[in-house]
Amino acid sequence: MVLRDTDDGRIEVQPRQFPTNRGGLCQKGWTAADLLDHPDRLTTPLVRDPSGTLRPASWAAALDRIVDGLRTVQRAHGRDAVAVFGGGGLTNEKAYALGKFARVALRTRHIDYNGRWCMSSAAAAGLRAFGVDRGLPFPLTDLGRTDTLLLVGANPAETMPPLMRHLTEQRARGGRLIVVDPRLTATARQADLHLQPLPGTDLAVANALLHVALTEGLIDREYVAARTEGFDAVRRTVAEYWPAEVERLSGVPVADLEATARALGTAGSAIILTARGAEQHAKGVDTVSAYVNLALALGLPGRPHSGYGCLTGQGNGQGGREHGQKADQLPGYRKIDDPAARAHVAGVWGVDPAELPGPGVPAYQLLDSLGTPDGPRALLVFGSNPVVSAPRAARVESRLRGLDLLVVADFLRSETAELADVVLPVAQWAEEDGTMTNLEGRVLRRRALRRPPAGVRTDLDVLADLAARLDAPDPVPVGPGAGPAVPAGGPVPGDTPDRFPTDPRVVFAELRRASAGGVADYAGVTWERIESADGVFWPCPDPDGPDSPRLFADTFPTPTGRARFHAVRHRPAAEPVCADYPLHFTTGRVLAQYQSGTQTRRVDALRRAAPHGFVELHPDLAARLGVGDGDEVRVASRRGELRAPARLSPTIRPDTVFAPFHWPGAARANSVTNDALDPVSGMPEFKICAVRVERA
Amino acid sequence: MTGHIVIVGYGMAGARLATELHARNGDRKVTVLGAEPHRAYNRIMLSTLLAGKIDEPDVELAEVAGQGTDVRTGAPVTAIDRAARTVRTPDGDLVDYDHLVLATGSRAVVPPLAGLDPAALPPRVAVFRTLADCRRILATARSARTALVLGGGLLGLEAARGLAARGLAVTVVHPHPYLMERQLDPAAGAVLAGTLAGLGVASRLGVPATGLAADPDGVRLDLADGTALHADLLVLSCGVRPDTDLAAAAGLAVDRGVLVDDRLRTDDEAISAIGDCARPPGQGPAGLVAPAWAQARVVARLLTGEDPTARYRPRPVVTRLKAAGIDLAAMGDPTGGPGEELTFSDPARGTYARLRIHQDRLTGAILLGDNPSVGTVVQLFDRGAPVPGDRRALLLGRSLGNAPAAPAASPALMPDAATVCQCNDVDKGTLVRCWREGARTVDEMVAATRAGTGCGGCRQAVGGIADWLSEADSVGTPR
Repeated sequence: MVLRDTDDGRIEVQPRQFPTNRGGLCQKGWTAADLLDHPDRLTTPLVRDPSGTLRPASWAAALDRIVDGLRTVQRAHGRDAVAVFGGGGLTNEKAYALGKFARVALRTRHIDYNGRWCMSSAAAAGLRAFGVDRGLPFPLTDLGRTDTLLLVGANPAETMPPLMRHLTEQRARGGRLIVVDPRLTATARQADLHLQPLPGTDLAVANALLHVALTEGLIDREYVAARTEGFDAVRRTVAEYWPAEVERLSGVPVADLEATARALGTAGSAIILTARGAEQHAKGVDTVSAYVNLALALGLPGRPHSGYGCLTGQGNGQGGREHGQKADQLPGYRKIDDPAARAHVAGVWGVDPAELPGPGVPAYQLLDSLGTPDGPRALLVFGSNPVVSAPRAARVESRLRGLDLLVVADFLRSETAELADVVLPVAQWAEEDGTMTNLEGRVLRRRALRRPPAGVRTDLDVLADLAARLDAPDPVPVGPGAGPAVPAGGPVPGDTPDRFPTDPRVVFAELRRASAGGVADYAGVTWERIESADGVFWPCPDPDGPDSPRLFADTFPTPTGRARFHAVRHRPAAEPVCADYPLHFTTGRVLAQYQSGTQTRRVDALRRAAPHGFVELHPDLAARLGVGDGDEVRVASRRGELRAPARLSPTIRPDTVFAPFHWPGAARANSVTNDALDPVSGMPEFKICAVRVERA
Repeated sequence: MTGHIVIVGYGMAGARLATELHARNGDRKVTVLGAEPHRAYNRIMLSTLLAGKIDEPDVELAEVAGQGTDVRTGAPVTAIDRAARTVRTPDGDLVDYDHLVLATGSRAVVPPLAGLDPAALPPRVAVFRTLADCRRILATARSARTALVLGGGLLGLEAARGLAARGLAVTVVHPHPYLMERQLDPAAGAVLAGTLAGLGVASRLGVPATGLAADPDGVRLDLADGTALHADLLVLSCGVRPDTDLAAAAGLAVDRGVLVDDRLRTDDEAISAIGDCARPPGQGPAGLVAPAWAQARVVARLLTGEDPTARYRPRPVVTRLKAAGIDLAAMGDPTGGPGEELTFSDPARGTYARLRIHQDRLTGAILLGDNPSVGTVVQLFDRGAPVPGDRRALLLGRSLGNAPAAPAASPALMPDAATVCQCNDVDKGTLVRCWREGARTVDEMVAATRAGTGCGGCRQAVGGIADWLSEADSVGTPR
C-alpha cells in the first residue's frame, strides 16, 4: 500500500497495484494508519516503580535500569540467564540485529520468536524435504494458473482476503479448488469440494490421498525415480492408509478422498498449500511432510504452476525466520551448530566463532523455563505479545511474572507490556525504513512516511544503545561457571562504534554479507534493486545475476540434488477427548482482527466489525448443552478456561468447538490450548485439545 | 518386559505388532516368524492387485528391522513346546521365547463340493486369501474371458469386482437369496446386485453349488437346481476359518479361535494371540484389520510395560465395500430392534439408505450408492456419538444447513444491515447511503465504501445494487 499525508493532516491509505495483492486491501489494511496517531500510542519509556506501577521515565533511566538488571542477572546466573523473544512482524534488518544482539552483545543462547508458533512446522518439513524453507517456491500469481488447488487448514478469505483474487482467477479459468478444514469457512464455501475432517487427522487424510494416487496409477514414477529419494518407505507406509480406514478416522468420505486424489493426480498442474490448520499440531511437521510426500509423488514441485507451498502468516513471517531470530539459526538460514556457518557469520560480526553461543530452545520451552531454577531470569521482548498468543497462556503469564526483569519494546501497551518492568516505546511500521520478505520469498521495501514522534525510538536505536551500554566496562565479573566476564572477548568500547548500526540501510548491507553463501542468500539484493523491480526473490547471490522467482525446476538444494520423502504415520492428538472433556477445541482467526489484537482491537472500525471473542458451536451441540445463541459459555480444559458468548453455526462439526485467539482476559482462547509440542519444530498444539463446554 | 518376544505370523496383525514394539524403546529382542515367503503386505489391497491397477510391490507394508527386531520370512512354525518355551520350525530349529504371540491369521474355507479336494485345488480353481492365491488367480485370469466367484460376501464381491475390472465377464454364485446377507437387507442386496450388473458382474442367487469339474480347458460348477455354469476361472470365496492348528496342538483352549481374555492372553500366561486367529470376549467374526491392529497395540503396551492396564475392547464393526462404481457401508443391524428407522431408496440410481437410531445413537446403518453422509455416519456409529437433531443430515450429509444464505433475488429484498462486503464490513445500507450522497458508478461506490477492495468477491453484488438503485432512482427515491 501507499500512504499519503492529506492536506488536513490525516494519513490516507491507498492500495497499490502489486502482483501479490492485485491492489486488494482488507479492512485491516485500510485502517492500518489509524494506529500511527492513536491516543494509546506509547511515546515515553515506562519503568515500574517500587509500588509496582508503570511510570513514565527518561530513556536514560529506562536503559540504565535494563542494563543494570541484565548485568545483575548474568552476574549471578550466567549469560544464558538472559533471553530474547522476537517477532515475525519485525523487518529483516531488525530481526537480524536482534539475533546478533543476543549472540554478540548478550552472548546468550536463548533467543526465539513468535514465528515458532506460526510457520515452524512447515519450515522444518520444507527443509527436510527440499533443503530449503521458502513459503512459496513460486510467485503467488501461479495460484491463479494452476488446474487444481488443494488448501489444507487455510482460510485466506478471512486471514488474507486479497489472496482470494488469485483463487477467483483460478476458478474462472476452469480450475478446481479443494479445501480441507474442520469448519465450513468462508474459503471452504467457495470450494468445489470441501473435506471436513476431524481436527488432528490431516496427516491420515494426506496418506490416504497418496494411497489412492498409488492404487489409481496417478504416481509420476519417472519424476519419483529421477528427482526424489525415499519413496519406497513412503509407499509401504501409506499402504496402511486405505481410504475406508481413513474415512473412519477422519470422517472424510472415501468418495471425496478419491475425488481429491484424482483431481490432483490427473490435472495438468496442481498446487498443494498448507497453513496453520495443518501445522499447529504436535505432529505438525509430519503432517506437512505427508502433503509434501503427496506433492512429490505426483511430480509437482518444480513443474510449471505446480508444487507445494505454505501460506505464511505474519507480515515478515518469511524474512523473520531467515536471519537469526530462531534458537538454532544464524543469518542466511544457516544452522548455528554448523562450524562453517559459525565461522562465516563470526567473521562478519568480527568475533571469534568460539564465542558464539550454541543453539537455544524453541519459543514455548523458552517461555516455560523463565524464572525456573535452570531458566532465564530476564527477558527482552520485541514485537510480540505472548500473554495472549502463547499456548497455555495462564502458565506463560505466571512465568513472565516470575522474572527478575521483563523488558517489552512495543508501540502500544500490550498485555505483555502490562507485566513489564520496563516498556520501551518504539517506532511503528510507517516510521521506519527497511525490508520485509513476503510469503513468496520476495524481498520488499518498507519506506518510512515520517519520523517517529518525539520520545519514540526505533528498535535498531534501542539495540545499539543497549549494546553500547553493555559494552562499557563492568567492574563485577559474571558469576562462576559462566566463562569470561561480559565485556571480555568483546570489542574494546569505542573500538567498533558501528557494531550495531542504527541506519537500516547499513544493517541490510551487513545482512547481505552475513547471508552470503547461505540457503537464504541475500548477497545480490540491494534496496535499489528491490525498488526498481517489484521486489527480489531470494536466493540472489549476485547483484548482477538473476533472482529466483521459481525454485526446483532442475534440482533441489539438498546434498544429492533430490527431494527427500519422509515416511510419516498418523498419531492421535496429544490430548484425546474423554468423558470429562468430551469435545475437540480448535482456535483460529477472524477477518477484522490480527494476531493478539494489540493493534486491531484499538481500531474503531475493526472493533465494530469484531467487538469481542466468541465460541462457535453447532446448533445440535448447543441444544444438548442448553445453550442459546449469544449465551455466555465456559470452555474448560485441563489447563484453564475461557468465557465468551456462544455463536451457533452449522458450519462446524458437532463434536468440535472453535474460538478465535485475538482477545485477552476471560475470552483468551489460549488459556485453554495445549502446550504439547512437535518434537521437531517445537510447534505447540494450538489446533486441538479436549474441552468441556457449559453455560456460564 | 525385557527378554525375547516371538511373534508367529507375519500378516497384518503380526507385522503391526512388530512395528508397535519397535516404536517403543526398550531392551528386548523381537523375532517374527512368517510362513509366507515374502515381506509383509496389505491384504486389503489384493483386490486392487487383482484389478490390475497396481503391481505387487505396491501392496508391501513398511518393515521394521534392527534394534533387536529380527524378521524371518518363509519360516513357518510347526510346534510349540510350552514347558520349554520354544517353538520349532520345519527344519528342526528351536526358537526360545519369553513371551509368544500367535498371529497365525485365518485360512480360506474350501467348501465341501463333489469333485473338490481341499488339499489339492484343481487347475483354474483358486481361493482368495493370500498373495500366492492372488498370483494363482492372475496366472489364469490373464488368458481368461469368464470367471465364476462362489460366494457373494464382501471378499467374493471384491474379487468379482477386481476381475471385472480386468475385463472378465464375472458371475457371482451365492446360496442366499441376496448378496452380503450378513450385512444387508433384501432391498439393499437387490440394489447392490443391480449396481454390480452395471459393472459386468452378474449374480446367480439362492442356489447352492454342489460340485465342480475342472480341467486345463475350463471349469464347470454344478448347482443344486440341476443347472451348471461354465467359465475359464473359479474363485472360491466361502469365508475364512481361524488358523488354530498350532495352538490346539499345544493344548491351548480353542473354540472358533484361540480363546484369549481382554489382555489378549491365552490360558498360558506366556502366550498371547491377536488378529484373525484369536477370539477375545465379545469379538465378532474374523477377517477384519481394525480389530487386529487394536489388539496389536494393546499387546505392545502390555508387553513393553507402557500401560499394564491396557485392555482390548471390541469396537463395532463397519463393513466397507468401495470400488469404482460401488460405495457400500454397513454397520450394526438397522433391520430390527428398538428405536426409530430412517430410510431412503432410489434404486434407479443405485442409492439406498437404512438407518436405525435408538436413544439418539446410531445402532445400525446400510448406505449404498451416493450417500454424502457416509463419513459422518461411519464416525457417529464408530464413536457412539449423538445423531443430528435434524435427521435429514444423516441422509444428505453436510449439505444440510451448510449452504451459504441464498442471495436475495433482488437487492430490494435485502435488509439494510445485510453485509455485502465481508472483507471491509460494508452493508447494503452503507452502499445505499453512498449512492444518495452522489456516487453513481460501481467504481465510485467502491471508492467511497471500500466494498469489493479485499478479496474482490462481492464486486458483482455491488454492481447489482448499483443497477437496482439506478432503476429505482428513475421511478422514485429508493428505500
